[in-house]
Amino acid sequence: MTLPATKTDTKTATRTAARTRWLQDNGVYVAVVALLLFNAVFTSNFLTLGNFRTQLVQAAPVLIVALGMALVIGTEGVDLSVGAVMALAAAIIPLYLGAGPLLAILMALVAGLTAGAFNGFLVAKVGIQPIVATLALLVGGRGLALVIADGQLVQLHDPAFLALGTDDLLGLPISVLIAALLAIAIAGLTNRTTFGRQLVAIGDNRKAATLAGLPVNRVLVGVYTLCGVLAAISGVLATSRLGASDPADMGLLMELSAITAVVVGGTPLTGGKVRVLGTVFGVILMQLVRATLIKHNLPDSIAQMIQAAIIVAAVYVARERR
Amino acid sequence: MITQAAAVRTKVLQRQGAAVALVLVVAVSWLVFPRFGSLDNLRDLALQGSFLAVIALGMTFVIITGGIDLSVGSLYALGGVLAAWGSQYGFLVALALPLLVCGAIGLVNGLLIARTNMAPFIVTLASLLFARGLLLAITDEGATTYQIAPDSAFVELGRGTVFGFGYPIFIAAVLCVLGGLVLNRTTFGQNVFATGGAEQSAILLGVPVAKTKIRVYTVSGTLAGLAGALTAAYLQSGVTVIGVGTELDAIAVVVIGGTLLTGGMGTVVGTVIGVGLIKVIQNVINQIGTLDSNYQSVVSGVFLLVVVVLQRTLRR
Repeated sequence: MTLPATKTDTKTATRTAARTRWLQDNGVYVAVVALLLFNAVFTSNFLTLGNFRTQLVQAAPVLIVALGMALVIGTEGVDLSVGAVMALAAAIIPLYLGAGPLLAILMALVAGLTAGAFNGFLVAKVGIQPIVATLALLVGGRGLALVIADGQLVQLHDPAFLALGTDDLLGLPISVLIAALLAIAIAGLTNRTTFGRQLVAIGDNRKAATLAGLPVNRVLVGVYTLCGVLAAISGVLATSRLGASDPADMGLLMELSAITAVVVGGTPLTGGKVRVLGTVFGVILMQLVRATLIKHNLPDSIAQMIQAAIIVAAVYVARERR
Repeated sequence: MITQAAAVRTKVLQRQGAAVALVLVVAVSWLVFPRFGSLDNLRDLALQGSFLAVIALGMTFVIITGGIDLSVGSLYALGGVLAAWGSQYGFLVALALPLLVCGAIGLVNGLLIARTNMAPFIVTLASLLFARGLLLAITDEGATTYQIAPDSAFVELGRGTVFGFGYPIFIAAVLCVLGGLVLNRTTFGQNVFATGGAEQSAILLGVPVAKTKIRVYTVSGTLAGLAGALTAAYLQSGVTVIGVGTELDAIAVVVIGGTLLTGGMGTVVGTVIGVGLIKVIQNVINQIGTLDSNYQSVVSGVFLLVVVVLQRTLRR
């Protein structure tokens, strides 16, 4: 007698599970589409080319940081130092800009690489928890950037460097183009290379990965280094767009925006999974939310509370059930 | 026997490393900077440390359960603003309002974390944003700074002194002693350790893990609100821009104090020592007049790193 009932229950349960699963996997895309539709109907001047450009240009630096963050989170880590690395990159630019923009950018990237490698060394070789290891650089890095810049905002005048933030290539702003290319590259890295597989395996179960003979330390150092370089690229682009080196404000609270975008995009904080496309849409979603709130003249206070609610809702949907 | 003795020595170093560092830093500062040892400076140092100590006390409980609370910096600021706003209705409202509101936000943190299996990091990150938003909402987007009447009893709470030592120092001291006792001598304390040590085993053993988590986040939120109220009383106003990054300071001092971020281990004494270390270092950097304040964060960062690396190496 109980058998048929159980069968139906199981079927319903399976269907519910499937639906939840689908929502977990695609929630962020649905949310972006819903928000776009909402704005198309209710926001004046939303469906204009100029507006889309603005949104993309604003989202590009966050996306570049978020890509690195997604990789780090995939290894069950976190990198709190990305904002400080952006500030370091910003502080270094004016020091070398006299010798040409290429050298300046190169030096900024070297700073990001060094910072990232240092984080990776602390996490992989010394065995310090990612939060603490990168917290040290978050605290010290911005201070160092301010010491380098003597606490000053420096206006930049090199036309070639400024063009990076203002000019177009193939009809797209250069920073957006770079962000898109990097997203494609990172997607390729995670899905098509051994490095990507190893990264996910380490995040899934570090002990097992070690026992299986994966080069755990090397991969971890690589991931954190990559994250540092990406943060530096983002710092360079943001500095170029701003037209000034501003280490006091550059990348402030960027770590939180990046982590939010990654998590909203469906990459779990518990590691073992990296969703690059989800991260891209996570960044777009948070950007659209902000834009929507601003365009409807909601004050900053309400905007922040709504963002908080969206984060909780997104993570609630995407959470792994016991 | 020898290895055992060595193990004991390592353990002592691990547990007392921060204390040894504190004694050294204090001794050197005392000798090098004539103003460091003055009673005025020590009073100031203790007062500055007391606000952070109250916040870090709650953080200690949270981290021992294996969690983290990023919302305390915002709750600290929110608590101050609420206290300043509430002070027009008398002492009780000024004190109770921040405790209740910040405690309630802590409770929501705890409920979300314990009941829905969401990561503490992300839940408290959201409430960091939420509390900051709430603060902006009640201060006309940060444009209004509520003042506290200088002759009110509430100001006395922040500015009153015994032998020149401010009331907040005694409040923080009492709370830390109580916190230490609760952690080590009560069932709740045992549950906190069990939750962070091995959550699954704790559940199987019948430890009320969910209830314990809800309580520690509520306590953490309430204490952050209290620290904010004390700061407002001391400053005689609800400053809206404080507390940015305070959660990271709190985490740093807890970690320096030897509490493991993985949970299951930690002491209140360590946290107090951690607060002492950070504040002494900041104080010393301020005394070297030629160094600008940016060095303060550089030194704090390096210091955090050194302590953590040492702890890690000694544990091996």
